[in-house]
Amino acid sequence: MSHSQTLPLKKQQAENPSDDGSSAIKPSRLKISLPSEDSDKKNVNKRVKDVEICLPIVYGTIAFYLGRKASESQSHKWTVYVRGASNEDLTAVVKRVVFQLHPSFNNPTRVVESPPFEVSECGWGEFEIAISLFFHSDVCEKQLDLYHHLKLYPEDESGPQTTKRPVVIESYNEVVFPEPSESFLARVQNDPAVVVPRLPAGLNLPSPVPIDSRNDNERGDTKDHPLSQWFLNFSEADELLKLASARQQVLVQAHIVKLRRQLNLLEGLPPAKQPSGYDL
Amino acid sequence: MDAKDILGLHKTSFPSSIEKKSRPPKESQRKPDGISREVYALTGGMPPLMPSIDAFQLKKKHNEKVTWQWLPFTNSARKDDLHLYHWVRIVNGVLPTGDYSFAKYNKSVDIIKYTAEEYEKYLTDPMWTKEETDELFDLCERFDLRFVVIADRFSSSRTVEELKDRYYSVLRAIVLARAASSGDVATHPLIKEPYNVSQEIERKRALSMVLSQTRQHEKRDEEVLIEAKRIAELRMASKVAEQSQLVVATNADAEVTERAIPGESPSPSNVQHPPMAVPSPITDNASTLASLRMLRVYLRTYALEQMVQVSNSTAGVRTIKRVEQTLQDLGINLKPRVPTKAVCAEHLELRREILTWLNLQKQVQYKEAEGSSYRDGTYGETPDTPKDRTFIPDSLNFGGERVGKKDQKRKGHGAQPTAAHKRPRKQKASDL
Repeated sequence: MSHSQTLPLKKQQAENPSDDGSSAIKPSRLKISLPSEDSDKKNVNKRVKDVEICLPIVYGTIAFYLGRKASESQSHKWTVYVRGASNEDLTAVVKRVVFQLHPSFNNPTRVVESPPFEVSECGWGEFEIAISLFFHSDVCEKQLDLYHHLKLYPEDESGPQTTKRPVVIESYNEVVFPEPSESFLARVQNDPAVVVPRLPAGLNLPSPVPIDSRNDNERGDTKDHPLSQWFLNFSEADELLKLASARQQVLVQAHIVKLRRQLNLLEGLPPAKQPSGYDL
Repeated sequence: MDAKDILGLHKTSFPSSIEKKSRPPKESQRKPDGISREVYALTGGMPPLMPSIDAFQLKKKHNEKVTWQWLPFTNSARKDDLHLYHWVRIVNGVLPTGDYSFAKYNKSVDIIKYTAEEYEKYLTDPMWTKEETDELFDLCERFDLRFVVIADRFSSSRTVEELKDRYYSVLRAIVLARAASSGDVATHPLIKEPYNVSQEIERKRALSMVLSQTRQHEKRDEEVLIEAKRIAELRMASKVAEQSQLVVATNADAEVTERAIPGESPSPSNVQHPPMAVPSPITDNASTLASLRMLRVYLRTYALEQMVQVSNSTAGVRTIKRVEQTLQDLGINLKPRVPTKAVCAEHLELRREILTWLNLQKQVQYKEAEGSSYRDGTYGETPDTPKDRTFIPDSLNFGGERVGKKDQKRKGHGAQPTAAHKRPRKQKASDL
């Protein structure tokens, strides 16, 4: 896959001076003092093997019943979004997100260029939303597609719908970049939204170049998002515990079976299932 | 039969009367009016799809008086003065006008005629005499440039290509000589692409080779082409997969060569074996990991799905279902809710362990089933029968590790009455 690295880099460099002043808001932004040199330009195309960058995300929908304000065609107000799993700012990796809604919506292709990556709409129907993540050019040229089914109606249909509790469906997933480019790695090394493993010793990364963002005054993280009270918790620890106990059980069972097999082999005569009256 | 005799009914009277009744109506249906039955049968026994006489024709008006006369005629296409006779359609006493209607089909090729002067100036050739060239052109005129016939009729033995070559080079030279300027004739096909003898000879040889190829040749060629295509595709795939596993590669290649060239002698040199892997998700772990690394970006869940597919590839559908049932019984989601790297790894390991456990269970069950079937083989027999005694030494031999389950089964089956088979199976079912 060919990467046209040099052109976007130049763009970033040109707009850097304006960035410096207001970048204090975002702690993940690294300020550079020197513009990239030629040697760095050559290096940014290099890929780092045996290092995998992981971006944990959560995507889904939250739907509120409109109650008194509900009409036939607009009974619910819902929001579809992509957020960092720890509610951190994704913009170091994600350039923009495109939400493809049902064709009955006006302009069903919603392009969101800046965080929060979400679309809010009013409607009455449930359908599958296609979410496409577009990354910065040094991250990945290809887009990544996710699919999410919008749910408006709660599972248990007991009683009338309430406007207070929304229907929340979230999915956790991790976007994996198996062989990141050096520039990408350099940029997100200390980004809280990104999981970077311990880097091999002696790895010389070029000086990172932060991505230019348009809305410097707005936050990219979703920690204080209006809907954040409804965000679900995804605990790796719980899963690991459950899995560990399951594995333990399986191992015990397997062990029992192994012992039985060994017994069979040692005895030569397989033990009878039921005591038969015709034993010798 | 006897009853019918007694009753006085003829035994075949009923069915035969039906036959007789059915035949006459069919016959009368078939036979059309106007033509005899046999003639109708010649057309296939069915009425024709299209009428042979258009009803419209019969309705035409007959205003004109048409007679036919036997008259002489001449043919302008003939050089001699031959008078022949034929029937002529006379309409209202008026003869038809015009030349003999087939004269217009007498077409011929315009062969160029060179003068002796032109010959001396442009057309001399060491290989050809003037007489031969003249003869060639004469034959070309007579036989309308049908070179195969001309070659046959030519006095000295010349190949078709030689004759063609001479004819076209003469023609070319004449055209160039007679042209007012070189620009005029630049578009003449012969000037643009002159006749190339060697190429023609080669082309005809190749054609005859293709025509004379035996079936075997064709088959071999096809196989080689398929092999070449497969290798080209392998090369393309291997370009994508930069990181390769040689073990997988050698196995895959061995398979490919064995399949493609069954029992053939060493095939032509274009069948090369690229020492690179074909990353396919269902083969094994290493190649799956390699193919994942080739993607620039992927979801953790996708990676897990691929790895699960690999581990499932060794098991049958029923076993996979049992694995999934076991997972559910243990309270584990088939797709983890929080698919982090660690969780996915654990999940995969759990699946593998369940698979191992189920396979172990199966093995033990088989062995136990055989064992109890041996036991049941003693059912109904006294303990002193020699059969029992032969059983025991056999089963003692099972002390060592047995590789093939099939072997054990076979031995068991050979020594037992078949009725005993059913019992161990039933026990197995109740076990589960």
